[in-house]
Amino acid sequence: MNLNFAQEVPLSWYLILSAILFSLGVVGFLIKRNLITVFMSIELMLNGVNLSFVTFAQQWHEVKGQIFVFFVMMVAAAEAAVGLAIIIAVFRARATLAVDRIDLMKL
Amino acid sequence: MHLILFLLFAGLCLAGAINLLLQSHPINSALSLIVVMTSLAVLYLMLGAEFLAAAQVIVYAGAIMVLFTFVIMLLNASREERTLGSKAARRVGFPAVTAILAVIATVILKAQGLGAAKLSDGLTDAKGATNLEVLSTVLFTKLLLPFEVTSVLILIAILGAVALASHDGSKPEGRTGGR
Repeated sequence: MNLNFAQEVPLSWYLILSAILFSLGVVGFLIKRNLITVFMSIELMLNGVNLSFVTFAQQWHEVKGQIFVFFVMMVAAAEAAVGLAIIIAVFRARATLAVDRIDLMKL
Repeated sequence: MHLILFLLFAGLCLAGAINLLLQSHPINSALSLIVVMTSLAVLYLMLGAEFLAAAQVIVYAGAIMVLFTFVIMLLNASREERTLGSKAARRVGFPAVTAILAVIATVILKAQGLGAAKLSDGLTDAKGATNLEVLSTVLFTKLLLPFEVTSVLILIAILGAVALASHDGSKPEGRTGGR
Protein backbone atom coordinates (compact mmCIF):
# COMPACT_ATOMS: atom_id res chain seq x y z
CA MET A 1 0.00 0.00 0.00
CA ASN A 2 1.99 2.94 -1.23
CA LEU A 3 -0.49 5.62 -0.45
CA ASN A 4 0.03 9.27 0.12
CA PHE A 5 -0.88 9.23 3.77
CA ALA A 6 -1.34 12.95 4.12
CA GLN A 7 -4.13 12.93 1.55
CA GLU A 8 -6.07 9.74 2.01
CA VAL A 9 -6.88 7.04 4.50
CA PRO A 10 -7.16 3.37 3.52
CA LEU A 11 -10.73 2.16 3.78
CA SER A 12 -9.55 -0.90 5.69
CA TRP A 13 -8.85 1.38 8.66
CA TYR A 14 -12.48 2.41 8.71
CA LEU A 15 -13.51 -1.25 8.54
CA ILE A 16 -11.16 -2.17 11.40
CA LEU A 17 -12.62 0.70 13.42
CA SER A 18 -16.12 -0.59 12.79
CA ALA A 19 -15.11 -4.13 13.79
CA ILE A 20 -13.58 -2.82 17.02
CA LEU A 21 -16.71 -0.79 17.78
CA PHE A 22 -18.88 -3.85 17.22
CA SER A 23 -16.68 -5.98 19.49
CA LEU A 24 -16.74 -3.32 22.20
CA GLY A 25 -20.52 -3.37 21.93
CA VAL A 26 -20.57 -7.14 22.40
CA VAL A 27 -18.22 -6.88 25.39
CA GLY A 28 -20.44 -4.19 26.90
CA PHE A 29 -23.46 -6.39 26.34
CA LEU A 30 -21.70 -9.15 28.29
CA ILE A 31 -20.17 -7.21 31.17
CA LYS A 32 -22.66 -4.44 31.92
CA ARG A 33 -25.16 -5.20 34.65
CA ASN A 34 -27.56 -2.32 34.09
CA LEU A 35 -30.46 -2.80 31.74
CA ILE A 36 -30.14 0.65 30.14
CA THR A 37 -26.39 0.27 29.63
CA VAL A 38 -26.91 -3.12 28.01
CA PHE A 39 -29.34 -1.44 25.64
CA MET A 40 -26.76 1.27 24.90
CA SER A 41 -24.24 -1.45 24.00
CA ILE A 42 -26.71 -2.69 21.39
CA GLU A 43 -26.84 0.83 19.94
CA LEU A 44 -23.03 0.81 19.84
CA MET A 45 -23.09 -2.42 17.82
CA LEU A 46 -25.61 -0.91 15.39
CA ASN A 47 -23.35 2.09 14.93
CA GLY A 48 -20.33 -0.10 14.24
CA VAL A 49 -22.22 -1.94 11.51
CA ASN A 50 -23.47 1.36 10.04
CA LEU A 51 -19.89 2.59 9.72
CA SER A 52 -18.94 -0.46 7.67
CA PHE A 53 -22.00 0.05 5.44
CA VAL A 54 -20.95 3.64 4.72
CA THR A 55 -17.39 2.51 4.09
CA PHE A 56 -18.47 -0.05 1.51
CA ALA A 57 -20.78 2.51 -0.10
CA GLN A 58 -17.72 4.70 -0.55
CA GLN A 59 -15.65 1.77 -1.83
CA TRP A 60 -18.07 0.69 -4.56
CA HIS A 61 -19.50 4.15 -5.24
CA GLU A 62 -22.94 2.75 -4.61
CA VAL A 63 -25.68 4.68 -2.92
CA LYS A 64 -27.43 1.52 -1.71
CA GLY A 65 -25.18 1.18 1.31
CA GLN A 66 -26.10 4.64 2.50
CA ILE A 67 -29.80 3.92 1.99
CA PHE A 68 -29.40 0.80 4.08
CA VAL A 69 -27.85 2.89 6.85
CA PHE A 70 -30.79 5.27 6.61
CA PHE A 71 -33.24 2.42 7.15
CA VAL A 72 -31.14 1.00 9.98
CA MET A 73 -31.32 4.41 11.68
CA MET A 74 -35.09 4.52 11.36
CA VAL A 75 -35.47 1.00 12.72
CA ALA A 76 -33.06 1.85 15.55
CA ALA A 77 -35.18 4.85 16.46
CA ALA A 78 -38.31 2.68 16.61
CA GLU A 79 -36.40 0.02 18.55
CA ALA A 80 -35.12 2.57 21.07
CA ALA A 81 -38.63 3.92 21.67
CA VAL A 82 -40.15 0.48 22.22
CA GLY A 83 -37.16 -0.82 24.19
CA LEU A 84 -37.11 2.10 26.58
CA ALA A 85 -40.87 1.74 27.09
CA ILE A 86 -40.30 -1.92 27.96
CA ILE A 87 -37.53 -0.88 30.37
CA ILE A 88 -39.93 1.54 32.07
CA ALA A 89 -42.54 -1.22 32.34
CA VAL A 90 -39.96 -3.64 33.79
CA PHE A 91 -38.82 -1.02 36.30
CA ARG A 92 -42.44 -0.48 37.38
CA ALA A 93 -42.95 -4.18 37.91
CA ARG A 94 -39.62 -5.08 39.55
CA ALA A 95 -38.31 -1.74 40.90
CA THR A 96 -34.79 -2.57 39.72
CA LEU A 97 -32.67 -2.20 36.61
CA ALA A 98 -30.04 -4.79 37.53
CA VAL A 99 -30.13 -7.59 34.99
CA ASP A 100 -29.14 -10.12 37.65
CA ARG A 101 -32.42 -9.53 39.46
CA ILE A 102 -34.60 -9.61 36.36
CA ASP A 103 -34.34 -13.37 35.93
CA LEU A 104 -37.94 -14.53 35.81
CA MET A 105 -37.43 -16.33 32.50
CA LYS A 106 -34.08 -17.82 33.43
CA LEU A 107 -33.86 -21.59 33.56
CA MET B 1 -5.45 16.51 6.65
CA HIS B 2 -7.74 13.52 6.15
CA LEU B 3 -5.40 11.30 8.13
CA ILE B 4 -5.26 13.76 11.02
CA LEU B 5 -9.03 14.11 11.08
CA PHE B 6 -9.47 10.33 10.86
CA LEU B 7 -7.03 9.63 13.69
CA LEU B 8 -8.57 12.35 15.85
CA PHE B 9 -12.15 11.23 15.48
CA ALA B 10 -11.45 7.49 15.39
CA GLY B 11 -9.52 7.95 18.64
CA LEU B 12 -12.39 9.96 20.10
CA CYS B 13 -14.79 7.25 18.97
CA LEU B 14 -12.79 4.43 20.58
CA ALA B 15 -12.19 6.44 23.75
CA GLY B 16 -15.92 7.06 24.06
CA ALA B 17 -16.73 3.39 23.48
CA ILE B 18 -14.17 2.22 26.06
CA ASN B 19 -15.39 4.87 28.50
CA LEU B 20 -18.92 3.53 28.02
CA LEU B 21 -17.73 0.16 29.26
CA LEU B 22 -15.69 1.54 32.16
CA GLN B 23 -18.19 3.97 33.65
CA SER B 24 -20.45 2.52 36.30
CA HIS B 25 -23.10 5.23 36.25
CA PRO B 26 -25.52 4.96 33.30
CA ILE B 27 -25.63 8.71 32.68
CA ASN B 28 -21.85 8.76 32.12
CA SER B 29 -22.20 5.85 29.72
CA ALA B 30 -24.93 7.72 27.83
CA LEU B 31 -22.75 10.82 27.50
CA SER B 32 -19.85 8.67 26.20
CA LEU B 33 -22.22 7.16 23.65
CA ILE B 34 -23.09 10.67 22.46
CA VAL B 35 -19.37 11.30 21.92
CA VAL B 36 -19.13 8.06 19.91
CA MET B 37 -22.10 8.95 17.72
CA THR B 38 -20.97 12.51 17.05
CA SER B 39 -17.49 11.41 16.03
CA LEU B 40 -19.06 8.76 13.81
CA ALA B 41 -20.99 11.57 12.12
CA VAL B 42 -17.67 13.26 11.30
CA LEU B 43 -16.34 9.97 9.92
CA TYR B 44 -19.45 9.67 7.69
CA LEU B 45 -18.77 13.19 6.45
CA MET B 46 -15.23 12.18 5.54
CA LEU B 47 -16.58 9.13 3.71
CA GLY B 48 -18.72 11.41 1.54
CA ALA B 49 -22.08 10.75 3.18
CA GLU B 50 -23.27 14.22 4.13
CA PHE B 51 -26.91 13.30 4.54
CA LEU B 52 -26.09 10.40 6.84
CA ALA B 53 -23.81 12.60 8.92
CA ALA B 54 -26.66 15.04 9.46
CA ALA B 55 -29.11 12.21 10.15
CA GLN B 56 -26.65 10.65 12.58
CA VAL B 57 -26.42 13.85 14.59
CA ILE B 58 -30.17 14.53 14.48
CA VAL B 59 -31.55 11.01 14.93
CA TYR B 60 -28.90 9.22 16.97
CA ALA B 61 -27.05 11.88 18.95
CA GLY B 62 -30.19 13.97 19.19
CA ALA B 63 -33.40 12.00 19.42
CA ILE B 64 -32.33 8.55 20.58
CA MET B 65 -29.81 9.72 23.16
CA VAL B 66 -32.22 12.33 24.53
CA LEU B 67 -34.65 9.45 25.02
CA PHE B 68 -31.94 7.45 26.80
CA THR B 69 -30.92 10.26 29.15
CA PHE B 70 -34.58 11.04 29.79
CA VAL B 71 -35.29 7.46 30.83
CA ILE B 72 -32.13 7.28 32.96
CA MET B 73 -33.16 10.43 34.82
CA LEU B 74 -36.81 9.39 35.03
CA LEU B 75 -35.96 6.04 36.60
CA ASN B 76 -33.25 7.65 38.72
CA ALA B 77 -30.85 4.88 37.76
CA SER B 78 -28.09 4.52 40.30
CA ARG B 79 -24.61 3.08 40.01
CA GLU B 80 -24.61 -0.50 38.91
CA GLU B 81 -23.07 -3.03 41.20
CA ARG B 82 -20.19 -4.80 39.54
CA THR B 83 -20.52 -8.50 39.23
CA LEU B 84 -18.30 -10.65 37.14
CA GLY B 85 -21.04 -11.60 34.74
CA SER B 86 -22.30 -15.06 34.17
CA LYS B 87 -20.19 -18.15 33.69
CA ALA B 88 -21.36 -18.42 30.11
CA ALA B 89 -20.17 -14.89 29.41
CA ARG B 90 -16.72 -15.59 30.83
CA ARG B 91 -16.16 -19.03 29.32
CA VAL B 92 -17.79 -18.63 25.91
CA GLY B 93 -18.50 -14.92 25.42
CA PHE B 94 -15.09 -13.29 25.67
CA PRO B 95 -13.18 -15.94 23.69
CA ALA B 96 -15.89 -15.76 21.05
CA VAL B 97 -15.65 -11.96 20.85
CA THR B 98 -11.87 -12.13 20.55
CA ALA B 99 -12.13 -14.80 17.86
CA ILE B 100 -14.71 -12.82 15.88
CA LEU B 101 -12.64 -9.65 16.05
CA ALA B 102 -9.51 -11.56 14.99
CA VAL B 103 -11.31 -13.19 12.05
CA ILE B 104 -12.86 -9.91 10.86
CA ALA B 105 -9.56 -8.04 11.16
CA THR B 106 -7.71 -10.77 9.27
CA VAL B 107 -10.26 -10.80 6.48
CA ILE B 108 -10.19 -7.02 6.17
CA LEU B 109 -6.40 -6.83 6.16
CA LYS B 110 -6.13 -9.62 3.60
CA ALA B 111 -8.79 -8.13 1.35
CA GLN B 112 -7.52 -6.91 -1.97
CA GLY B 113 -8.86 -4.00 -3.92
CA LEU B 114 -10.01 -1.91 -1.02
CA GLY B 115 -9.47 1.67 -2.00
CA ALA B 116 -8.72 4.74 0.03
CA ALA B 117 -10.94 7.62 0.98
CA LYS B 118 -10.06 11.16 0.02
CA LEU B 119 -11.62 14.32 1.27
CA SER B 120 -14.27 15.76 -1.06
CA ASP B 121 -14.62 12.39 -2.69
CA GLY B 122 -18.35 12.02 -2.38
CA LEU B 123 -20.58 9.74 -4.34
CA THR B 124 -21.43 11.17 -7.71
CA ASP B 125 -23.06 9.50 -10.66
CA ALA B 126 -22.09 9.87 -14.29
CA LYS B 127 -24.10 13.06 -14.74
CA GLY B 128 -22.35 14.71 -11.84
CA ALA B 129 -25.32 14.74 -9.50
CA THR B 130 -24.29 15.02 -5.88
CA ASN B 131 -24.63 12.36 -3.27
CA LEU B 132 -27.78 13.78 -1.77
CA GLU B 133 -29.47 14.02 -5.16
CA VAL B 134 -28.62 10.42 -6.02
CA LEU B 135 -29.74 9.19 -2.63
CA SER B 136 -33.05 11.02 -2.66
CA THR B 137 -33.77 9.96 -6.25
CA VAL B 138 -33.33 6.29 -5.36
CA LEU B 139 -35.16 6.68 -2.08
CA PHE B 140 -38.23 8.35 -3.54
CA THR B 141 -38.52 6.40 -6.77
CA LYS B 142 -37.25 2.84 -6.50
CA LEU B 143 -37.58 2.49 -2.76
CA LEU B 144 -40.73 4.50 -2.16
CA LEU B 145 -42.68 1.57 -0.73
CA PRO B 146 -40.04 0.59 1.89
CA PHE B 147 -39.74 4.26 2.82
CA GLU B 148 -43.47 4.55 3.45
CA VAL B 149 -43.53 1.23 5.29
CA THR B 150 -40.82 2.65 7.56
CA SER B 151 -43.09 5.55 8.48
CA VAL B 152 -45.84 3.07 9.36
CA LEU B 153 -43.28 1.17 11.46
CA ILE B 154 -42.39 4.36 13.34
CA LEU B 155 -46.08 5.05 13.93
CA ILE B 156 -46.65 1.56 15.31
CA ALA B 157 -43.55 1.93 17.49
CA ILE B 158 -44.90 5.19 18.93
CA LEU B 159 -48.25 3.58 19.69
CA GLY B 160 -46.52 0.55 21.22
CA ALA B 161 -44.27 2.72 23.36
CA VAL B 162 -47.24 4.73 24.63
CA ALA B 163 -49.22 1.57 25.34
CA LEU B 164 -46.30 -0.09 27.15
CA ALA B 165 -45.22 2.90 29.20
CA SER B 166 -48.65 4.18 30.19
CA HIS B 167 -49.93 0.87 31.49
CA ASP B 168 -49.90 1.31 35.25
CA GLY B 169 -49.16 -2.28 36.02
CA SER B 170 -48.54 -4.02 39.31
CA LYS B 171 -48.55 -1.05 41.63
CA PRO B 172 -50.66 -2.09 44.59
CA GLU B 173 -52.06 1.30 45.66
CA GLY B 174 -51.63 3.21 42.43
CA ARG B 175 -54.55 1.43 40.79
CA THR B 176 -57.43 3.79 40.18
CA GLY B 177 -60.78 2.50 39.05
CA GLY B 178 -60.88 1.23 35.49
CA ARG B 179 -57.16 0.85 34.83
